[in-house]
Amino acid sequence: MLKIENLTVSYGGIEALKGIDLEVPEGSIVTLIGANGAGKSTTLRTIMGLVKCKSGKITYKGEDITGAPSPSIVAKGITLVPEGRRVFPDLTVLENLKIGAYLRNDHAQIKKDLEWVYELFPRLKERSWQLAGTLSGGEQQMLAVGRALMSRPKIMMMDEPSLGLAPLIVKSIFSIIQEINKNGVTILLIEQNANMALRIADWGYVLETGKIVLAGKGQDLLQNEDVKSAYLGKKKEKKD
Amino acid sequence: MKKQDKILTVILLAALFIFLIIANLFLDAYIKRVLNLCAIYTILALSMNLINGFTGLFSLGHAGFMAIGAYCVGIFTLPISVRPANFYIEPMHPAIANVELPFFVALLLGGVLAAFFAFLIGAPVLRLRDDYLAIATLGFSEIIRIVLTNMQSITNGPLGIKNIPTTANMWWIYGVTLVTVIFLVLLISSSYGRAFKAIREDEIAAQAMGINLFRHKILSFMIGAFFAGIAGGLYASMLSTVDPKNFIFTLTYNFLLIIVLGGMGSVSGTIISAYIVTAGLEIMRFFDEPLSIFGVSIPLFRPGLRMVIFSICLMIIVLFFRNGLMGNKELNWDMLRGLFSKRSKRIKGGEAR
Repeated sequence: MLKIENLTVSYGGIEALKGIDLEVPEGSIVTLIGANGAGKSTTLRTIMGLVKCKSGKITYKGEDITGAPSPSIVAKGITLVPEGRRVFPDLTVLENLKIGAYLRNDHAQIKKDLEWVYELFPRLKERSWQLAGTLSGGEQQMLAVGRALMSRPKIMMMDEPSLGLAPLIVKSIFSIIQEINKNGVTILLIEQNANMALRIADWGYVLETGKIVLAGKGQDLLQNEDVKSAYLGKKKEKKD
Repeated sequence: MKKQDKILTVILLAALFIFLIIANLFLDAYIKRVLNLCAIYTILALSMNLINGFTGLFSLGHAGFMAIGAYCVGIFTLPISVRPANFYIEPMHPAIANVELPFFVALLLGGVLAAFFAFLIGAPVLRLRDDYLAIATLGFSEIIRIVLTNMQSITNGPLGIKNIPTTANMWWIYGVTLVTVIFLVLLISSSYGRAFKAIREDEIAAQAMGINLFRHKILSFMIGAFFAGIAGGLYASMLSTVDPKNFIFTLTYNFLLIIVLGGMGSVSGTIISAYIVTAGLEIMRFFDEPLSIFGVSIPLFRPGLRMVIFSICLMIIVLFFRNGLMGNKELNWDMLRGLFSKRSKRIKGGEAR
């Protein structure tokens, strides 16, 4: 569905991505794991058109979207849940959700989607008149996800949804991600919490300083010795 | 809107109408002038609040846009017969010397021209943020003023234009103010308004939601400039003169003061504070006059004291109302009802605990 070929991005002289290839098949959950500064967020930002790439090609459903402006990318059905949630703090929960549907005109369907989001996150319905800045971290994350869903995405890209949240809330967020996926939304997930991410992912990529060093099925990567030692905090068994 | 609220709004509008009739009949020219100035400042502050408070662009170019509108009305509504007396150093440019427009057309033209210049300025400058944008727009507003001062054959340069017909009476001014308020309230509660606010809150998130940053910023900037131009036109017609010295950049600070005081991002707060600031400055004029009590003259009362007291009031407001009088809330009927029934609610709350 979404395909990235040989993508390089640099900020001034620093190369953040050094030619990565990845593919997100329709209906799947794909995860991209890696340490800080590996280039995970840059990948998502480049897909959204927030950062210009130096070379390479991004195709969505066979269509070249490299360097397209972000409004047209959102209109095509790609959406981003940005890192650190970034809800609009001085707007109400409802207004935040409505902004998610900004590019849409089908009012009847927007209403239905709003109901769906409220069904997924009953907490948001209770607080629909509250200012988003007064929500707790977990609720803000729910709002960020709900806001992204309001644009009726075909692919939802999530940048570290577990950032700074209590383990229990992380668990519920991840189960909601799976539920959204079951509703037919393809998911590209970026995580530092590799354990959680790989468990729900169909396919995973490991990014290291701008290069993809490993790719495989989520379950396989969980068992991989290198991944285990680097991201899951388990010591490698010494071979002597 | 609830039915009761609708009725209340209609009553309020009717009250305003009756007030205007009474004011026109019974109040003296000075008070009428102050009331008109309040309304014009309301338009200016509201349009600036759209740019600064709702879209989050720190722009200080409002005096320039106002000047464009003022000059437009000044030049085009000036009767052809009095033009030679005005333009005695250099005759009026032949292209416009015989063009005289009705007041309403000239007013609209002023607004449109201001919006057009806003586009020219905004296109390169709106990429900047915060202080940098403020400096750039401030500079452009000065450029507009200096260009106007030097186009002798069109604007009569530093001499200004006198004897502009005073078409803008109370009805004109309050009518335009009402239209402005209604338009801006509708705009802000539309999806455009939400997009403006989203840009103010977080540009990157707004972009990720598919909001075209540049288009919305320039739209907000142009609408703001349009209304500034309109207000400038009313101002010129009310005073019957335009003078380039009126539009120096310190004028913009008056509007900035009003919106900071009223609350960035609050329409009702801006209206209230436009009246407080404009009328307040007039009411406090007695501080500038010598005062003697029982034959003893109080030494403090002399020209300038007014501004001292005004500044102290401002400091108090800034200290105790961090977000202005209204913050980014709006005054509505529910809120007023809440104010009146506060006491009964408190008692109920106490019982619940």
